Amino acid sequence: MKGRYKYSLSYLCCFLTGASILLKVEASRSTIRPQILLPLFVSPSRSSMADSASQSRSRDLDKLLLRSGNLVGPTFEPGTELRDALNEFVRVLVIGAGGLGCELLKDLAFSGFRNLEVIDMDRIEVTNLNRQFLFRLGDVGKPKAEVAAKRVMERVSGVDIKPHFCRIEDKPISFYNDFHIIVLGLDSVEARSYINSVACSFLEYDSDDNPREESIKPMVDGGTEGFKGHARIIMPGVTPCFECTIWLFPPQVKFPLCTLAETPRTAAHCIEYAHLIKWDEAHSGKTFDPDDPEHMQWVYSEAVKRAELFGIPGVTYSLTQGVVKNIIPAIASTNAIISAACALETLKVVSGCSKTLTNYLTYNGVEGLHTKVTEFVRDKDCLVCGPGVLIELETSVTLKKFIDLLEDHPKLLLTRVSVTYRGKNLYMQAPPVLEEMTRSNLDLPLFELVSKTPRDIVHVTGAAGKGDTKQSCSRKLRVVFKGMDVDMAGGA
Amino acid sequence: MAEPKVKYDRQLRIWGEQGQAALEKASICLLNCGSTGSETLKNLVLGGVGSITVVDGSKVEVGDLGNNFMVDESSVGQSKAEFVCAFLQELNDAVKAKFIEEHPVELIETNPSFFSQFTLVIATQLVEDSMVKLDRICREANIILIFARSYGLMGLVRISVKEHTVIESKPDHFLDDLRLNDPWPELQRFAETIDLNTTDAVAHKHTPYIIILVKVAEEWANTHDGKLPSTREEKKHFKDLIKSKMIMRDEENYREAMEASYKVFSPQGIGPNLQKIINDSCTEVDSNSSDFWVLVAALKEFIANEGGGETPLEGSIPDMTSSTELYINLQKTYQAKAEADFRDMEERVKNLLKKISRDPASISKANIKSFCKNARKIAVCRYRLVEDEFNSPAQPELQKYLIDEDHGTLQEANSLKVLPENTAAGLYILLRAADRFAANYNKFPGQFDGEMDEDISRLKTTVVGLLNDLGCNGSTLSEDLIKEMCRYGASELHAVAAFVGGVASQEVIKLITRQFIPMSGTFIFNGIDHKSQLLLL
Repeated sequence: MKGRYKYSLSYLCCFLTGASILLKVEASRSTIRPQILLPLFVSPSRSSMADSASQSRSRDLDKLLLRSGNLVGPTFEPGTELRDALNEFVRVLVIGAGGLGCELLKDLAFSGFRNLEVIDMDRIEVTNLNRQFLFRLGDVGKPKAEVAAKRVMERVSGVDIKPHFCRIEDKPISFYNDFHIIVLGLDSVEARSYINSVACSFLEYDSDDNPREESIKPMVDGGTEGFKGHARIIMPGVTPCFECTIWLFPPQVKFPLCTLAETPRTAAHCIEYAHLIKWDEAHSGKTFDPDDPEHMQWVYSEAVKRAELFGIPGVTYSLTQGVVKNIIPAIASTNAIISAACALETLKVVSGCSKTLTNYLTYNGVEGLHTKVTEFVRDKDCLVCGPGVLIELETSVTLKKFIDLLEDHPKLLLTRVSVTYRGKNLYMQAPPVLEEMTRSNLDLPLFELVSKTPRDIVHVTGAAGKGDTKQSCSRKLRVVFKGMDVDMAGGA
Repeated sequence: MAEPKVKYDRQLRIWGEQGQAALEKASICLLNCGSTGSETLKNLVLGGVGSITVVDGSKVEVGDLGNNFMVDESSVGQSKAEFVCAFLQELNDAVKAKFIEEHPVELIETNPSFFSQFTLVIATQLVEDSMVKLDRICREANIILIFARSYGLMGLVRISVKEHTVIESKPDHFLDDLRLNDPWPELQRFAETIDLNTTDAVAHKHTPYIIILVKVAEEWANTHDGKLPSTREEKKHFKDLIKSKMIMRDEENYREAMEASYKVFSPQGIGPNLQKIINDSCTEVDSNSSDFWVLVAALKEFIANEGGGETPLEGSIPDMTSSTELYINLQKTYQAKAEADFRDMEERVKNLLKKISRDPASISKANIKSFCKNARKIAVCRYRLVEDEFNSPAQPELQKYLIDEDHGTLQEANSLKVLPENTAAGLYILLRAADRFAANYNKFPGQFDGEMDEDISRLKTTVVGLLNDLGCNGSTLSEDLIKEMCRYGASELHAVAAFVGGVASQEVIKLITRQFIPMSGTFIFNGIDHKSQLLLL
């Protein structure tokens, strides 16, 4: 990673945006407070807090939230109001209820946050139990999000955690806008990329191309592998987004098919031959299911045969699983470290109670202990967190034609595109009901559909990329109509 | 009951069955089960350590409900050790969990022999005085000790053991042991059977880069007085020479050879770390020597004799573009040499054991083999007594941090609102000052509301006094940092405890499995901006 970053951002950037979250909280307090103040949020021990600090549940956290300091965010206002704001108004979304997610929910619940939601599509497996401490053997097969939420609520009273047992793509984009901050505990580049694109789609720029503070949706992201991990803060428009520094996650190395077929040399080559080539030859049309033990056993025994044929050592069942499922080794301690850093940064970004990480922490415990903070910089041309890809159109271009254009656009290469404008669905690929309802728009000029606004932001979702590397994403487009772009149009 | 192999699958891929067996044999003692201690132990119980003993004499308070996941409302007023222990047991029934309701500080004073029954002691939230006493006890009994402390937004982790030796250090990046700069006769002969100028295009593009490099290196040496490339210019020409052998543009093996050409230029012989280990006086073995040092003594002899300045060959090669046949044969050539080196080592180990009146078979073949395979990567970690560090920290190191720290006290720095780079070192001094403060005033600075201003000025005086005692006359720390420490008021924040506990448990795993390299020095967690530091004091 050497040479790819510069130390140019000042601390201030982060602190200012940190402050902005609280401003939003303050604003919401004056308007929606009466509706939100439910009995659920007032536990008996908290009411006596002021009188005897040592008898308070927030004994330790209070030191940080109620006392002034000099190494804090610029708008930090210590006091019970701040603590109450965290308790009652700040909404935090945790993505993933696995190794990081379990720890995150616990850590956030103990960091003054009481309105948490968690989303995870997976069910509990036996191999989770060495680190995902909220799950027991009897929970195997149950949805992770539901069990994790339940267990934390059982032990930390006053905390409300709403589980979502579904894919992140199943939620409407607006779902994600409901949270003040999103904390990511994921193990895939694709999922991070998707959430990042969603959070960045809320970002608005003013006419000088400066991000509007109130539209910034902060994210805190963690990741681990064995004894190593990272934690980072993403303030879209201010600090680099996930896509700005995508090179930090090099693509997974795949073996060339000719090596597998003709010149296997390692155990992994034999396994991938059985998995990617032999399976299809032997099972016409039946898809391989990595979670089916019989399928895995078949791949293993075929790999053994091939290894024997070529005199290659080292094929084991465990390695077969590792190669086929691309298993990343994981342990409790590293997850604890990275989640704690993420939860702590979440608390600091929201409350301003301390300076924050700027903006990327790496932890490596393989040889001794090495931690490093790197200040990465934004990619000014980033498609995801930048002001948006400029699309110039004739006023006569229909919505259908516009969608076709996106498919061929060299920067976008978007397929299966759905289009929204100012929260209104112009065309939706799914579900079928919505598709049918919006289909008639396809033949209308886009110019008409955006109420003849000469330039504005249009949001699209779809699949980006070519061939089998396609993935879900959300993109912001700056649509400008030719001949109509006059000063009166103002900013985006 | 879940198959343990399945449950532990994700960690077995890191430390293997041997590492897991070591964990399952380990008996661990935890002192104080606040959130730092509880979180440390949680990570170890999940991983399947053999047994745990939780020692804590306190009762659960309401305040604990806000930072410790292992206690709940029903436990308020009751033994903290009991409830934490019960929760931990719930996490993994394979672990033998017990608790002792007693204050660790009293145990240290009254029953020092208590600690010798354990493999490792994790001491959390102890103040300086108790740390020093416990350290002496554990050092005497040769028990591994690890300290963990959370304090506001800062934390400390420190290992203390006389010596910890590692054979399987498993570094992420380590130069392959290919001997391209000095091929042994069999490898040379193998290379001779292959013609780089073959007209068979398929054979040409399936020649492994090891062979290409051995042959090109030989060709180079023949025209350069037997020397290998050493200057930048020469290295570039060497790569050009490789390129000139290509007959088609898409020959991946030649591209790999150019990329791996540095393996030809790498210096012969052993690296400085290993040199330091074989120069250690422990290589003069006697009947008290550990297996590790007997092996190192044998290695030293091997290097000086049949090794010709090199360690036993590791015996494995990385994957590379090649025909299957050539690759397998090449692999066998390396394995055969490794096997021969191993036999020489085995002989030397046996002789050494005889010499020190031990059973010549008392170090198993498997252990000798593993040692040979890892010979270049072995590590020795030694830790100062905590007392020595506290009384006489390595002066140059301390000065290094404090000189920068002085910058932090400048008005200019304050007005710029930047943190001095060595905040963590400042926090270390402050933590020690806080303990001294507590010894004097029977409370931690800022522990109680309403006494902040007084405490800040008292802590400042304490810091100046401490720095004087450490030989840093006239030094102080920034007002901001001193105030920050008072603000913390000895709080144990859950997220900080989880971080510190995570670090401590990761180190415990490395110490028990004897794999990977544990940290050296004193780790100071800086939760302000995460610029944590390892202080080598």
